Amino acid sequence: MTQDNPLLDVRNLTKFYGAQIGCARVSFDLWPGEVLGIVGESGSGKSTLLNCLAGHLPPDRGEVIFDTRAEGPKDTLTMSEPERRMLGRTDWAFVHQHARDGLRMGVSAGGNVGERLMAVGARHYGEIRDQALDWLGRVEISESRIDDRPTTFSGGMQQRLQIARNLVTGPRLVFMDEPTGGLDVSVQARLLDLLRGLVRDMGLSAIVVTHDLAVVRLLADRLMVMKDGHVVETGLTDQVLDDPQHAYTQLLVSSVLQV
Amino acid sequence: MTDQSYNFAYLDEQTKRMIRRAILKGLAIPGYQVPFASREMPMPYGWGTGGVQVSAATLTPSDTLKVIDQGADDTTNAVSIRKFFERTADVATTTATSDATVIQTRHRIPEEELSEDQILVYQVPIPEPLRFLEPRETETRKMHALEEYGLMHVKLYEDIARHGHIATSYAYPVKVEGRYVMDPSPIPKFDNPKMEMAAIQLFGAGREQRIYALPPYTKVVSLDFDDHPFEASKAPQDCALCGASDSYLDEVITDDDGSRMFVCSDTDYCEKRREGQAA
Repeated sequence: MTQDNPLLDVRNLTKFYGAQIGCARVSFDLWPGEVLGIVGESGSGKSTLLNCLAGHLPPDRGEVIFDTRAEGPKDTLTMSEPERRMLGRTDWAFVHQHARDGLRMGVSAGGNVGERLMAVGARHYGEIRDQALDWLGRVEISESRIDDRPTTFSGGMQQRLQIARNLVTGPRLVFMDEPTGGLDVSVQARLLDLLRGLVRDMGLSAIVVTHDLAVVRLLADRLMVMKDGHVVETGLTDQVLDDPQHAYTQLLVSSVLQV
Repeated sequence: MTDQSYNFAYLDEQTKRMIRRAILKGLAIPGYQVPFASREMPMPYGWGTGGVQVSAATLTPSDTLKVIDQGADDTTNAVSIRKFFERTADVATTTATSDATVIQTRHRIPEEELSEDQILVYQVPIPEPLRFLEPRETETRKMHALEEYGLMHVKLYEDIARHGHIATSYAYPVKVEGRYVMDPSPIPKFDNPKMEMAAIQLFGAGREQRIYALPPYTKVVSLDFDDHPFEASKAPQDCALCGASDSYLDEVITDDDGSRMFVCSDTDYCEKRREGQAA
């Protein structure tokens, strides 16, 4: 891992759904330890972009170059599938909007956290369990719940469990798709607080897709505003939010309800 | 005498040829599930349609067949399959493990050690060891192809978390030659160590349309954790009939008052021991 290379270097990423544009000619760099927010309204291509980046959707054009630990910068789109899946369970993490999509609901909380460890070869029950306990503690889930299934957890707890499950292998890049969607505001606040702490402590890089400007204000260093599949404005978060240049960004910022 | 209305061993020659190709492929890639065009057999799914097809493709007129069901030669499933091949193939049948050249089994491996000139055919209900962990077949195939077997350990983890030890006692997952994770069919885990044997082992799943195989002396390792090693468990008693302490036991309820006895599940093994004691 060298500091001279960006962690993720995206060039001209384009995805069409037939004649419809998913996202078009998106380019950006993400540096180690940096959090990038992607905002825009529903249907603006945020999630398409995120899924293309994370390898869940094959884009039509473009490059996603990731600075791998072993071999340096490498295009993840031309990488072989085993390599990409290996990245997906070691250096990458994906936090789904709905915790149910990212958790195994029939498996206990401990098993959920331990799965990635076992997937990379951990074969000592005691150690796996200790790490699961440690991570449940870090995401503020009581140790006594380790053998309970996520079905018995509240929405906020499920989301925190999903985060623990993803971060247990110490990834370097986290993709988050609306991490606070569907949670009530006080739970959102706690989750954001937790995420901010984890991102700072672990030096994580993250790409956060959201339509909630408060989330990016708190988490993101840089911001990308998308509309109809195109990036219309980029910049430092505070700069974009306090002094929006593009008409759409101005609309977006002024649409936030003030309490 | 063979029933002349049927081809030898019921299946037509082209079908047997197709199954033999699947068997050969299975032997070439130990533990890999080979798809095959499973035929309807004159018995319900779950009664050993896969095993019967593999046996039918394996039998020759000079073979001696033994069929066991949970170790016993005289239970419904064993009797009906034995009669089926007596009628359609006219092969000699036996209950003695050492006399048989082909043994079709449901859920047991005979206690007596098998030799290089024998074939053991298993009936398999669910060939996919990852089935209840990952419901998508497309995904499990990918996981086999890429050797992503972490999920199998999640199942064992759950066992320990819930019961304090690995409570899976049958169909215990094994790793074959350091590559494929395989479901050994619902044999008790007591039988798992016996799978490294001299005989050829063939597995047929009729409804699921899969055949897989273990060539002789293939390395078969039962999955476990470093701090919770695999244990081949059985009931702690000795057999009430022959006194064997080293064979897998069935618990038999003998009356309505809860009396019970433990006897060898392998009836041939038990009878031979008792004959030996009487002599």
